[in-house]
Amino acid sequence: MLREIILLAFVVGAGTMGELCISRGMKTVGEVRNFSPRNLLYVILRVIRVKWIWLGFSLEATAFFSLLWVLSFANVSMVVPVTSMSYAAGALGGKIFLRERVTRERWTGILLVSVGVILVLVGRS
Amino acid sequence: MKSHLRFKTYSALLVIIIFGPLGNVMLGKGMKRVGLVAVQGPAAIVHTLITIFSTPEIWFGIACLIIFFLTWMLLLSWADYTFVQPSTSISYGIVALLSHFLLREVITPVRWLGILIICLGVLVVSWTPTRTTGGSSAA
Repeated sequence: MLREIILLAFVVGAGTMGELCISRGMKTVGEVRNFSPRNLLYVILRVIRVKWIWLGFSLEATAFFSLLWVLSFANVSMVVPVTSMSYAAGALGGKIFLRERVTRERWTGILLVSVGVILVLVGRS
Repeated sequence: MKSHLRFKTYSALLVIIIFGPLGNVMLGKGMKRVGLVAVQGPAAIVHTLITIFSTPEIWFGIACLIIFFLTWMLLLSWADYTFVQPSTSISYGIVALLSHFLLREVITPVRWLGILIICLGVLVVSWTPTRTTGGSSAA
């Protein structure tokens, strides 16, 4: 159980931090408006020079391999629902690192997700 | 919504809520076949990675997840995020159904209740406005 929880924390934590890093990195690249192949190549060359993007990719890869690892011994019907904790992690990360405002309705939804995750964890066969 | 656009939107949603869960279920099936993950030393890690990426189910799962991701991006190019995101909350239920029928996983009533509450929670989270930081944004 402890190994499952640690790996799931990596899936959710590293996945969410990866998304936050990529989001932050892409903000420095700017909005992509022109989708011509030449411009897309130019965008890719700019993207791979941003340190946040590399940090984001590394974290996303960590999350993916943690997911594969936990799936090697735990049930999919337990693992995937528990990864919905990323909504809570995303809201906390957005509030703490990006200083975003989180509405009361959103906290209510996150509370529901968390209650559901607890039931999924305790409801083993 | 015009009828052809509605058909396109609901077809894309159907692809998303089937291929996302199916991808995860296939990764699960593949990893059960891989078995014990060995991480003691670089040689063991390389051996584990080779075993993982020579398992057909893993590639099938990754292919499903790519289809899911591309359809998701395409759908967002014409449909509102505030419509798409809540509609996909049912995916957690689909994952449970697929795991039950394809992988023969036993899902207890308490776990079904938890999954139902997660779907509701995701619905509530997604239905709240996406931009909440006020009007001072430069975007």
